Amino acid sequence: MTTAQQDRFGAFGGRYVPETLIPAIDELERAYDAARVDPAFRHELEQMLTTYVGRPSALSDAPRFSEHVGAQVWLKREDLNHTGAHKINNTVGQVLLARRMGKKRIIAETGAGQHGVATATVCARFGLECIVYMGEEDMRRQSLNVFRMRLMGAKVVSVTSGTRTLKDATTEAIRDWVTNVNDTYYIIGSVVGPAPYPRMVRDFQAIIGNEARAQMLDRAGRLPKTVVACVGGGSNAMGAFHAFVGDKDVELVGVEAAGEGLDSGHHSASLTRGRPGVLHGSLSYLLQDENGQVHPAHSISAGLDYPGVGPEHSYLKDTGRAEYVSVGDRDALEGFQLLSRLEGIIPALETAHAVSWIASQKGRWTRDEPVLLCVSGRGDKDVAQVSEMNILGT
Amino acid sequence: MASGSVTISSDTIERRFAELKAAGKRALVPYITAGHPDIERTAELLLALQESGADVIELGLPFSDPMADGPVIQASSQRALELGMNFTRLLEIVARAKMRVPLVLFSYLNPIIAAGQNALVQAADAGFSGLLITDLPVGSDPEREAWIGEGPLSFIRLVAPTTPAARMREISAHGSGFVYLISRLGVTGMQDTMSADLPATVKRLREATALPVCVGFGVSGPEQAAAVARIADGVVVGSAIVRAAGESVEAAAKLTSALRAAIDAA
Repeated sequence: MTTAQQDRFGAFGGRYVPETLIPAIDELERAYDAARVDPAFRHELEQMLTTYVGRPSALSDAPRFSEHVGAQVWLKREDLNHTGAHKINNTVGQVLLARRMGKKRIIAETGAGQHGVATATVCARFGLECIVYMGEEDMRRQSLNVFRMRLMGAKVVSVTSGTRTLKDATTEAIRDWVTNVNDTYYIIGSVVGPAPYPRMVRDFQAIIGNEARAQMLDRAGRLPKTVVACVGGGSNAMGAFHAFVGDKDVELVGVEAAGEGLDSGHHSASLTRGRPGVLHGSLSYLLQDENGQVHPAHSISAGLDYPGVGPEHSYLKDTGRAEYVSVGDRDALEGFQLLSRLEGIIPALETAHAVSWIASQKGRWTRDEPVLLCVSGRGDKDVAQVSEMNILGT
Repeated sequence: MASGSVTISSDTIERRFAELKAAGKRALVPYITAGHPDIERTAELLLALQESGADVIELGLPFSDPMADGPVIQASSQRALELGMNFTRLLEIVARAKMRVPLVLFSYLNPIIAAGQNALVQAADAGFSGLLITDLPVGSDPEREAWIGEGPLSFIRLVAPTTPAARMREISAHGSGFVYLISRLGVTGMQDTMSADLPATVKRLREATALPVCVGFGVSGPEQAAAVARIADGVVVGSAIVRAAGESVEAAAKLTSALRAAIDAA
């Protein structure tokens, strides 16, 4: 039996799943809690993160962007990881766990395709069957990632129900899991889903903040004034925040997607505009109508296009430990160009939301106050989509 | 609304099963999605199922993300939501239908939370006798489980083929009305054959509970219904009825009659 404390972050989290999955979740939790304190598992994970993912990821200074903002901005370069985003920190951890549990069939959901690619990658590395559920609309927006997954031997299943995006891909992956629970391991890509996933995925992503905290002390000689990360499901943000939660003077800021505007009805700002509800196994802030039906999310960035959010973010919001803000599609495109031009780093559109928020906060910091930005992924995957928008003029 | 019926309604389902048992019969429990194929026909369908031999009817409140359901119930839910089905309309339909057979409200948790603290009393007043929630397993949320358990509706809990015996006892202790046994791994939907493990699972469950046992998930026609009726107290038929309801009220009634006959002959 799990303790309520492990299951929940304050009132949020839990295990709201079909009964069929309860024994599988119990088994997963036992396996994870044994693995995470097992020196052999930790060693294997560290080896993979070092020799395959390429960790530790760099902490870059950002002189021209810092000048632009009027603060000392530091970039935690998750874009430099193998496969180009933070997602692989989690898939490496979970695939090692799946192997330990003897599971041979891996399923995953994906939005932008980064988690799907990261899952396909580790499955190829270990020779495991890999099935990725992806919304039809996202497959269109992120065709390059679909090709990458197939190239590595994964089967990509097009999801045509509902809004044909990440929400529906997740629902479909859960259906697969319920059906094939005996031999299948579900690698959830964010700090969402039933317990223990939010805690486990956070732990695997916490390396972002653990490294960055030490790197900041080493390079900047102090902790950041503010840690900033984009939030869709919220895994890069939880990973970046976790090491700093106990540092009471460090501000934590999560940037959600305001899409076409918070009042347009077309956004993904679950924490800013949602209210607590149950989706995909946990209680958390959720975009929903007055009848409890889930409201479709919208963002220019497929990776933020999710109506829910990890339950620990809901807890950090309600306790006031973290602040959640939002940035719309248009401003995110500005952020996309800004970091590209000023630093020679093309950020993922997801990250570009956080870039844009920092740029909008001139005067919030003094010139020598350090701000840590988690560059959750690189923007190559978004170049085709953005180039169609003719943002550079002719 | 007055809530005078509250104290008796919680026993309606168990009483129904006791009557059936005394008569040597098994229960037929069809499921339909409220608002499918349209809102007007939901009441007609309820009455047609009752007249065609249903003993208890499960009425589904549609949800936008039905993760435990297969394609047929998913599609019916999406359609019903597009037509504007919601908790308030569902209660109006049920109140007007004045059913003789007990009704179970079948839902995901979120729409029930959204319906508010009075939702259970309102549902009982409208004529529901039981509540089944697909994503609220025993022990997952003691506060909300207590809210339902102490409320006016029978709390129908689910048991899966993966459920260990000790947990079956726990589920039984926290449920009432009947226990809904999921016949196989997977989501709702029609199957050609029943799981070979089913009789053994029913036997394990019987050792863990005194409540009537109804089996669902994958029962598509009279032959399977008869097979289930030989080992369980009731047979739940969902997707097949929903698909027939999509054709016409008559088709759903005809299927219900055929299921009734098969179960009675089993």
